[in-house]
Amino acid sequence: MKILVCISHVPDTTSKITFTDNNTKFNSAGVQYIIGPYDEYALSRAVEIKEEKGGTVTVLNVGEADTEPTIRKALAIGADDAIRVNAFPKDAFFVAKQIAAIAQSEKYDMILMGRESIDYNSGLVHGLVGEYLGIPSISPVMKLDIEGDKAVMAREIEGGKEYVETTFPFVAGCQEPIAEWKIPNMRGIMSARTKPLKVVEPVAVEENTKYLSYELPAPKGACKMVDASNPAQLFDLLKNEAKVL
Amino acid sequence: MSVLVFAEGSEGEIKKSSHEAISYAAEVAKRNNSTVTAVVIGAYPAAPLESLGKYGATKVLHVNNDKLNQPLVLPYASVVAEAAKKENADLVVLPKSSVVDAMVSRLAAKLGAGLVTNVIDLPDTSSGFKVKRSIFTGKAFASVEITSPVKVITVAKNAYPVTETGGNASVESFSPSISDDDFKVALKSVEKATGDVLLTEADIVVSGGRGLKGPENWHLVTDLAKALGAATGCSKPVSDLDWRPHHEHVGQTGVKVSPNLYIALGISGAIQHLAGVNSSKVIVVVNKDPEAPFFKAADYGIVGDVFEVVPKLIEAAKALK
Ligand SMILES: Cc1cc2nc3c(=O)[nH]c(=O)nc-3n(C[C@H](O)[C@H](O)[C@H](O)COP(=O)(O)OP(=O)(O)OC[C@H]3O[C@@H](n4cnc5c(N)ncnc54)[C@H](O)[C@@H]3O)c2cc1C
Ligand SMILES: Nc1ncnc2c1ncn2[C@@H]1O[C@H](COP(=O)(O)O)[C@@H](O)[C@H]1O
Repeated sequence: MKILVCISHVPDTTSKITFTDNNTKFNSAGVQYIIGPYDEYALSRAVEIKEEKGGTVTVLNVGEADTEPTIRKALAIGADDAIRVNAFPKDAFFVAKQIAAIAQSEKYDMILMGRESIDYNSGLVHGLVGEYLGIPSISPVMKLDIEGDKAVMAREIEGGKEYVETTFPFVAGCQEPIAEWKIPNMRGIMSARTKPLKVVEPVAVEENTKYLSYELPAPKGACKMVDASNPAQLFDLLKNEAKVL
Repeated sequence: MSVLVFAEGSEGEIKKSSHEAISYAAEVAKRNNSTVTAVVIGAYPAAPLESLGKYGATKVLHVNNDKLNQPLVLPYASVVAEAAKKENADLVVLPKSSVVDAMVSRLAAKLGAGLVTNVIDLPDTSSGFKVKRSIFTGKAFASVEITSPVKVITVAKNAYPVTETGGNASVESFSPSISDDDFKVALKSVEKATGDVLLTEADIVVSGGRGLKGPENWHLVTDLAKALGAATGCSKPVSDLDWRPHHEHVGQTGVKVSPNLYIALGISGAIQHLAGVNSSKVIVVVNKDPEAPFFKAADYGIVGDVFEVVPKLIEAAKALK
């Protein structure tokens, strides 16, 4: 099984989000970066499948040189080698074209990603890669098993899940509980330093969306407290003051 | 600007989020002297299709094909793309849903269109086409310009109200060409909770956290939800512990909700949980710890023990009717 896992390099989920340059740029000062949490589920499942069935796991990130510690962490978790496409990930279309360009020549059996990146929350890259390569894309996948020449998956839908089956190759956008996150051990961390990390230059992509500026939500007013001995008063407020009942 | 809307439903009824999307599209079309066509896939009686006119669709393309009776991601993307081409649509508007989330990027790629998801406001068309979208899981907004001639957007739930303007829509049957390639993913079975209010569609959500102590106490959450006609949700540890099914897990790594009213019972309000609820209109928190971070994000709060407070809330909610 030859598996490609695409990882994003994103601010930790507890990061304070602010912007600079007149609200046109994300302020990365003091921000801790992580592998996208969904992407880490994808990576963990890929490593499990490799351990069960054999094969290779390659991680791919589209990003500038500052993403390399995040890529090394993915190698420590158990990927065999890595590719970095040396470019700022402008938008989902740009990222998807880079991934498709690499997958075109490498012929992976499966391409696993997260269901969405937690910065731009687009949830688009897996579908785009599937469409560019002319192969199925399934998302959000919460269970993935290989049965012979087929992959069996559970996809979360409103109020439940559906089970689907497909042949290789395909793209899947993953989420929990597809696997447990793996904590890298000392051996993993040591070997990650010497695993191959190839840097390639991006292919050109025509731009069709442009991020112009950013803003933060208006701060929330104070929380109005209702006495625990008279909780019925809450509904009075919800009805007559907030007008949501 | 000709506008196409993908409208979706189940069991013969169109969902509210699709009515919101049509209302949104109708307002965009009105400002640009244009009209809205809706495309609906699946078996529906005439009435709910014609009534899409109420929200501003002048025409409905109805695709009734036995192969498409269940929402299938790949063929749906192809059908909507074909409808957009047939109608020469320059803008395609979709509601947020599990099938749309999975198909919309393929649709945009087929149309060579620029795409923005999670749109929360009408576009600014004074120069170019700019929309506002939510990013960083609701912690910020971005203004994005779509520069391609054909544009695709998905509208966040509750971002635009259902607005009744028009009359009846004319319904046309539409038979797109369907390729075998689109059936490479076989749908084997569906497990779905029935009879409950859907979390993603609900106007009111009642969620429980680890403060409820165990699944045996969940009647507090479900009874309050029932009395309010609400959907039920939970925090991540609750679904990790299997007290509740995963599809109820709200937050950064779960479902993002934007109801009018979100009621959190025994949930601490960790930043990752807030990420899934911060676009709710009004948030109510019940927690025994006055220092629980959730109170900072709440509009109304009760400091108290859920086992004492919630039974009283249930009584009061029942008395509302
Ligand atoms: C990458 C990442 C992603 C995550 N994604 C999510 C996510 O999507 N959704 C999510 O929910 N979490 C998520 N988490 C976990 C999150 O950080 C918190 O651990 C989780 O939300 C806590 O759940 P809780 O509030 O139910 O439990 P706890 O933190 O244990 O809080 C229980 C609360 O109940 C109160 N309480 C206890 N007993 C009572 C009582 N009798 N009456 C009233 N109140 C009582 C306590 O005061 C406390 O505030 C994520 C974490 C990480 C690292
Ligand atoms: N810069 C990137 N490099 C590699 N993979 C990415 C990148 N950005 C996003 N992805 C992958 O695509 C998935 C969906 O991202 P998005 O469409 O941006 O929400 C993520 O969960 C990642 O697996």
